[in-house]
Amino acid sequence: MPRKSFRQALNEAMRLEMRRDPRVFVMGEDVAGGKGASGEQDAWGGAFGVTKGLLAEFGPERVRDTPITESAFVGAAAGAAMTGLRPVVEIMFVDFMGVCFDQIFNQAAKFRYMFGGKAVTPMVLRATFGAGTRSASQHSQALYPLFTHIPGLKVVVPSSPYDAKGLLIQAIRDDDPVIFLEHKAMYDDMGEVPDGAYVVPFGEAGVLRDGGDVTIVAYGRMVGRAMEAAARLARDGIEATVVDPRTTSPLDIDTIVETLEETGRLVIVDEAYPRCGMASDIAGIVAEEAFGLLKAPIQKVTPPHAPVPYAPELEAAYIPSVEKIEAAVRKAVGWTR
Amino acid sequence: MQLARADLLKAYRTMALIRVFEERVQREMSSGDIPGSTHLYAGQEASAVGISMHLTDIDRVASTHRGHGHSIAKGCDVDGMMAEIFARATGICHGKGGSMHIADLDKGMLGANGIVGGAPPLACGAALTAKLTGSGAVAVAYTGDGGFNQGTTAESLNLARVWDLPVIFAIEDNGFAEATASSWAVAGDIVVRAAGYGIPAERVDGTDVFAVHEAAGRAVARGRAGEGPTVLHITVPRYLGHFSGDADTYRSSAEKQAMRSERDCLKVFRAKVVPAGLIDEAELDAIDAEATAAVEGAVVAARAAPRPDPATVATDVYVSYP
Amino acid sequence: MSAAVTPVRMPRYGMTMTEGAVARWLVTPGETVAAGQDLAEIETTKITNVETAAVAGVLRRAVVEAGRIVPVGTLIGVIADAGVPDAEIDAVVATQSALVDDAADTDAGPVDEVVPVGALSIALRRTPGAGSSDTVPVVLIHGFGGDRDNWMFVETRLAAERPVLALDLPGHGASGTEIGDGTLATLAAAVTGLMDTLNLPRAHLVGHSLGGAVALAAAAARPEAVASLSLLAPVGFGPEIDGTYIAGFLAAERRKDLKDILGRLFADADAVERRMIDDVLRMKRRDGVPEALATIAAALFPDGRQAVDLRADAASLACPVAVVWGEADRIIPIAHTEELPTGFTVTRIAGAGHMPQLEAPAEVVRALRDGFARAGA
Repeated sequence: MPRKSFRQALNEAMRLEMRRDPRVFVMGEDVAGGKGASGEQDAWGGAFGVTKGLLAEFGPERVRDTPITESAFVGAAAGAAMTGLRPVVEIMFVDFMGVCFDQIFNQAAKFRYMFGGKAVTPMVLRATFGAGTRSASQHSQALYPLFTHIPGLKVVVPSSPYDAKGLLIQAIRDDDPVIFLEHKAMYDDMGEVPDGAYVVPFGEAGVLRDGGDVTIVAYGRMVGRAMEAAARLARDGIEATVVDPRTTSPLDIDTIVETLEETGRLVIVDEAYPRCGMASDIAGIVAEEAFGLLKAPIQKVTPPHAPVPYAPELEAAYIPSVEKIEAAVRKAVGWTR
Repeated sequence: MQLARADLLKAYRTMALIRVFEERVQREMSSGDIPGSTHLYAGQEASAVGISMHLTDIDRVASTHRGHGHSIAKGCDVDGMMAEIFARATGICHGKGGSMHIADLDKGMLGANGIVGGAPPLACGAALTAKLTGSGAVAVAYTGDGGFNQGTTAESLNLARVWDLPVIFAIEDNGFAEATASSWAVAGDIVVRAAGYGIPAERVDGTDVFAVHEAAGRAVARGRAGEGPTVLHITVPRYLGHFSGDADTYRSSAEKQAMRSERDCLKVFRAKVVPAGLIDEAELDAIDAEATAAVEGAVVAARAAPRPDPATVATDVYVSYP
Repeated sequence: MSAAVTPVRMPRYGMTMTEGAVARWLVTPGETVAAGQDLAEIETTKITNVETAAVAGVLRRAVVEAGRIVPVGTLIGVIADAGVPDAEIDAVVATQSALVDDAADTDAGPVDEVVPVGALSIALRRTPGAGSSDTVPVVLIHGFGGDRDNWMFVETRLAAERPVLALDLPGHGASGTEIGDGTLATLAAAVTGLMDTLNLPRAHLVGHSLGGAVALAAAAARPEAVASLSLLAPVGFGPEIDGTYIAGFLAAERRKDLKDILGRLFADADAVERRMIDDVLRMKRRDGVPEALATIAAALFPDGRQAVDLRADAASLACPVAVVWGEADRIIPIAHTEELPTGFTVTRIAGAGHMPQLEAPAEVVRALRDGFARAGA
């Protein structure tokens, strides 16, 4: 199977869907790059180069550079989706959704419910998220819990190029508004990705490793760290199951609970803030639904309740590390009443 | 006054229906049978009607919290609207939206909107759909003097011009953003502001349905011809308070009295068509009576309608959710 | 290390396997083993397999204890002559247990490729095998809804004698989803077309289930191209087939539904591991695959019965034909072996279901080799 980068996988997903469905179009700040300038018209392909090359194939009507006005173009995406198109919108950083939050959580997310089930709003909001690039507090957050909180939205956090392509195709074909978050430190990650179109469904966790001692649940970039911790722990005979729920909403709690039937111990790794994050959400649901399966207290590995710092030393201390995951697993495995 | 007789009758019929509907809702609020609150359009009827006379079902409007008039003018079913306001299962949104979220997508009514400044970005999106599909449709963003101050409106004006979207920004200036006068809260001039974006704009007397109709006709034609957006600054009176429970003490009763006697779009209409011999007074009186009967029927039906089944509390959140 | 010391490493079965666990040692350190004797149960994320000893000797060390998961290529045990001193064995363990030797996969390991065959695109894996340039290769053809990974336990063993080519049928695996009318003739033409494209004038065809019928149809159409035919629980020898399986396989969209369905393939339904289910779901979620599978099913298994009877074609074949069937097959009844043409050899495998190549690979390899030998090529 061909190996491709995360970036290339996402680009392919959009390209294939734009070929398949004339209603699909992309827009955002510099998704082409160079509009109105004298030079190259596809200068950027998005701030991270993910949409590069789409302009040449699909032209400026379907690859639309926008002014820096997130409220207007995210709201316009909602309006276009409600009237029959399937916009794929790029927001450079999820942090910027603060300026257009109303369009997302009061408008797009709620049309269907408010209008008694009549509205269909098939839009995808792609944004980068995550720490690790020395980008500090306004360009590094992992805000997927904010959107997970809102009924009407679906939220995707892929962890591999394969999943990224299949999940984005699913997102574009999905009839509900989808927040699709891409970890900015993962764009060059490589993995096997088929050339053709395929979907990875929402609400189905991936199980990346089976082990009998502990279940580690992780999202996005934390999945790789969980896998590394699991490999290290295996050298000491501690076998971990690693679960990547892939989507925070819907959430595949069944698969997590299923693995707990064997492991009885749960460690949740979350790059989001610790309060009302995915770690606390999953811990809460498991405590409610599967308390009897637990042999040890649930361990959460998260950043501190603090914004993302700038200095490399501070950022390193901030992001959940392989060592912290390992330590949490050892704590769970070694726990006695 | 280029309207055919049938159009004249239709304009009056719709304005009268909105007026009766709103005054009846105001009255029914005190009955206790309507939960929540409503924001009523009485006094502003000529605006929605003058614009909607140019629109068909393929044209989209995005509305405001004061959306009943826009909905009726765009063809929404009055029985369904009343049932919705009464929070009944037969309501146009099955009791899930209420007064502030009345929508009928098949009629091109993209919803009343509880967020001031909510409509302009959405209308830009609907206009983008029209542009990309080549449907020839236009979109109308209703907002008010309050909404015109919102960043969403500023951003939308910019986007609509940059993309040449077929959108009409209908700024219904009723003089008040909630309880705050627009004379104080709106800096500069709405028409001049629009000009700053390079968007054609005109101020329109919103008590004169003929004036609105003419200005809207120019705006819609511009949109359909691919010439981009227009701003209509439509001055209208707001007869009632901001919301149904508003004691409206910030306006003098003299001011409110004067508004009703001097700035009533129904009276303005009669003063134009009756002396000119276009329509008999009696015919218009009959239309008033029809409107009253229609709204009476809607209220009776709404009261008799079933309430929503509590089991539907979490349905219609998603198209699909595993 | 002396030539008499043989490291045993975690094997790689199929392309997706990166690690495995020693589920159970079947030989205790100190015991003597014969070449080919069962050595250990290896549990992969797909299914558990028995690894056999490559050489005769004494199992001197079981380096990886039962239950541990290690990467492919990790030293799991050491076989050596009884005369090799313990110190030498310990040195091997000390120097090699930290190493992961994946060389077997990189040197003359299997190569995946996609080949255009007319309007079709056929994915395949070639395992360069032993033998001279005129050794007849073997072509492995999987069944309905399967892919080349179905052969993961037998490919390497067969490659000890001859090159092995495992293909994905159209509409399956990584092959294109163009399948035309989805009939047997079309699928058989894809196989012979692939052989032509690859310049393989002659091959031993091994087909499983639907692949058996495809192989047979190919042999009937192009007898000169087929040295021998090996049919594992083939379609085409009677009207019965598990219609619930076919319908369920087409309909299953989630892991849980598919697990129940795939369980029917095996004598032990619990043999189905998560990765096998995930891989099948991945295939089914490719654009065009559900439609392709439905077309094939409609052409060959309408109303839960087999629509194609190949018994007459089979009787007229000149090449040697070996038939292998699991006695616990729940998909196609083993009773279909009762009226085979004379001259067919039949191997019935106790304790195996519809997937003998995964459930009893050693027996299957033995039967296949016997079949190839009868062709004398």
